Amino acid sequence: MALAACTPAGTSPSGSPSASATPTLSRGAGGELKILYWQAPTILNIHQATGTKDADAGRLILEPLASWGPDGKPLPNGLASEIPTLENGGVSKDFTTVTWKLRTGVKWSDGSAFTADDVVFTWKYLADEPTASANSDYATGITSVVAKDPNTAVVTYADPNPNYYQFGVGGTGVILQKKQFEPTLGAKASESPENLKPIGTGPYKLDNFKPGDVVTYVINDGYRDSTKPFFKTVTLKGGGDATTAARAVFQTGDVDYAWNLQVEAPVLRSLIDTGGKGDYLGLAGPNIERVNLNFANPDPALGDNRSEPTTKHPFFNGPDGKIVRQALAMATDRATVAKELYGDGLTGKASCNQLNGNPVFESKNTASLPVCKFDVAAASKLLEDNGWVKGSDGVRAKGSIKLKLLFGTTNVSLRQKTQDVLKKGWEQAGFSVELKSVPASVFFTNTSPDGANKMFYDVTMYTNGTDPDPTTYMSSWTCKNVTAKANNWNSPNYHRYCNPTYDGLIDQLRKETDPAKRNQLAIQANDIIVGDVVVIPLVNRFAVASGRAKALKGVVLTGWDSEMWQIADWSK
Amino acid sequence: MGRFILRRLLISIPTLIVISFVVYAILALAPGDPLSQFAANPQVPPEVRERIREALGLNQPWYIRYVKWLQALVTGDFGFSFMSHSPVRDLIAQRLPNTLAVVGVAYVVGVLIGLPIGVLSAVKRYSPVDHSATTFAFIGISVPTFFTGLLLIIIFSVKLHWLPFIYDSNLKVHDLATFTDQIKQSIMPIMVLALADTAVLTRYVRAEMLERLPLDYVRTARAKGLRERFVIIGHVLRNSLIPVVTLVALGVPAVFGGAIVTEQIFRVPGIGELLVRSIGDDDIPVVAAIVFIFAVLVVLFNLVADILYAVLDPRIRYT
Repeated sequence: MALAACTPAGTSPSGSPSASATPTLSRGAGGELKILYWQAPTILNIHQATGTKDADAGRLILEPLASWGPDGKPLPNGLASEIPTLENGGVSKDFTTVTWKLRTGVKWSDGSAFTADDVVFTWKYLADEPTASANSDYATGITSVVAKDPNTAVVTYADPNPNYYQFGVGGTGVILQKKQFEPTLGAKASESPENLKPIGTGPYKLDNFKPGDVVTYVINDGYRDSTKPFFKTVTLKGGGDATTAARAVFQTGDVDYAWNLQVEAPVLRSLIDTGGKGDYLGLAGPNIERVNLNFANPDPALGDNRSEPTTKHPFFNGPDGKIVRQALAMATDRATVAKELYGDGLTGKASCNQLNGNPVFESKNTASLPVCKFDVAAASKLLEDNGWVKGSDGVRAKGSIKLKLLFGTTNVSLRQKTQDVLKKGWEQAGFSVELKSVPASVFFTNTSPDGANKMFYDVTMYTNGTDPDPTTYMSSWTCKNVTAKANNWNSPNYHRYCNPTYDGLIDQLRKETDPAKRNQLAIQANDIIVGDVVVIPLVNRFAVASGRAKALKGVVLTGWDSEMWQIADWSK
Repeated sequence: MGRFILRRLLISIPTLIVISFVVYAILALAPGDPLSQFAANPQVPPEVRERIREALGLNQPWYIRYVKWLQALVTGDFGFSFMSHSPVRDLIAQRLPNTLAVVGVAYVVGVLIGLPIGVLSAVKRYSPVDHSATTFAFIGISVPTFFTGLLLIIIFSVKLHWLPFIYDSNLKVHDLATFTDQIKQSIMPIMVLALADTAVLTRYVRAEMLERLPLDYVRTARAKGLRERFVIIGHVLRNSLIPVVTLVALGVPAVFGGAIVTEQIFRVPGIGELLVRSIGDDDIPVVAAIVFIFAVLVVLFNLVADILYAVLDPRIRYT
């Protein structure tokens, strides 16, 4: 297993799905499987969905060509009979075509045959602009998907694409039935009632769906593996809060699986330890909670030019910019946050990398960097030596410039506690820190003056993470992606960081075809934004932090795909 | 009376239009974005977000969206939810039975218990009955539902394993066993809500009764030799009920609005839970629909309260 699995309360998920599938499985031998999500699914067509809850609930019905396995590589547990690679000729030498061989004899749950035409249609659905699928970026750069024969689909890219599993793999690559969704194509696609009752090829088919409440499933009688699935029915109940969801799986045993128990570590730990009914499943993935620094000037006096990339932050981007940024990073108490709030490997672990989740591109160079070590004395000395002296109020200043920070994030109690920890260290080093928190829906609104995009803050904090292929993610820090009024604050470089060396690396990454060299380039890019203190990574928040009943067997975790990716293999 | 009702109904039309405008304007101008969930996701680039925005009709100015919304509303169409992409009408229809089964029943229970306790504690003022009713009422008023809810869950679900705390909206009552299941899964939220309702009503009824007990007409009734029971119920209670009726009638729309906190705690998929989640998601069509229905009910039950006054007090006549 490539990823660091952490299961303090018991068994460790291991092995590939084929190894974990018990040979004695027989279809429908189990009764009802009860799954609890504290966010309720609202739609089941994954390509019109808005969140993990929807993508997971739809995944019992809809299948991709292949799933993203634990090591960030595709596994053939979907509609493809094998994974196309350079070695088997499925991927062309110039990286422009990918030939998917499909399983034969697969049927949709309505009895009709699944063919390559459905794969072609799914690409059209993603690519069609009026249809406005949230996953349409996964169709970008594809010139055609062609059904060579009923069991072969050929994906052709306009340019060589080293990220050749872009289409058809994982939650964003599920295949829709052409017959069902072709009539919904177009501007009214999102309002189609079919979105609430997709027909699929997966182990289960829909029995009943109440948006925002509960989904019930029954076995898809035509599922290709006649020994699976084990459970006769599945109920996926949504709503409530994470803490009582944890109680339901660890203490009362009311449910067999409870999703995303991101509760403060000490509370979660006590529920697990005193419960006895379930085991905790934790798995690191790509998500990184980090502090973001603003290179532009958020001073309100600038009016319309506030935080525009044409301005310069007074102390993060001045002559001493790097020194002040380094001092801030050195005064960041990452270890305390990881220990007190994330239980040191319970729901997250300390990380000083922006790129996480796969050892092949997790940098080992950052650990030794001074900016990754918490040392307030060293931070103070660095500032002192460069002429930033403490005033009577304990805040360092140089000339008329004072080290005053406005620190914004979303209003989640875990984040407010993180803010408190960081503030303490930063103040000791001589920064003055004002904290601000706003609702997530406001914070993530591009035009909101309190938002992360406009960044009328000196520093912000939130989480996101990369796809198995890091190209798109690492492009977020290029000059071209600097967010500004001109692009309606829509581009992902909220830092307004612009470094030609970094851009050069990303250009190479886009072109490089050798996997080992690609990982090396991604690591170099990571080392630049960490070393240059564009970001201060804090905690690798776990992709999976769920609970399961002790009797539930066969659950395999992956940080790159839906937690429901191999539910056909679950049993009791 | 008929003309009075007609006139009141006609007046309520402009009132509701103004309410709908204010509600929609506030929601549309609030600093939120239904697409904010995608913001931190580098895999949903800005062009894609703009396309989704267009598909949802969000690229039009809000006042145009309001006019369209109002036009559809006249035909009974509440539009589509931004999140589930299903008709708002369906979402509300799915949730109303759950809200009525929990919040509605709790309200009825609250009134049925609160009224007699209030009367009793006024008649037997400063007796042990009154003291315990007062203590009980103060607990009900001052302890928040999120606390009593969690307390009940920990006692009856976690420690005793008697009751489930995950509400199953698919449960259909068709025999005694399923009826028992329904009671088991709804009794905790009902008790939590009824406690609060009972407490308020008890205090109110008690105060109204105490105000009227020493009045002359009560003394007259007693002097006539009427039985004490009849004096209390026929004279004191009937007169005390007029303000109580306002309280009870105006509480009914709140029943349809659901119980935000309690529904959340017990995972009852009701209107309140839908409302609070939709506010968080900036799902404007859903929030606007629920608030508007709520406004209609408030206007309606105000009228009902006015009509009931006439029934209770023969001196009140509407022309």
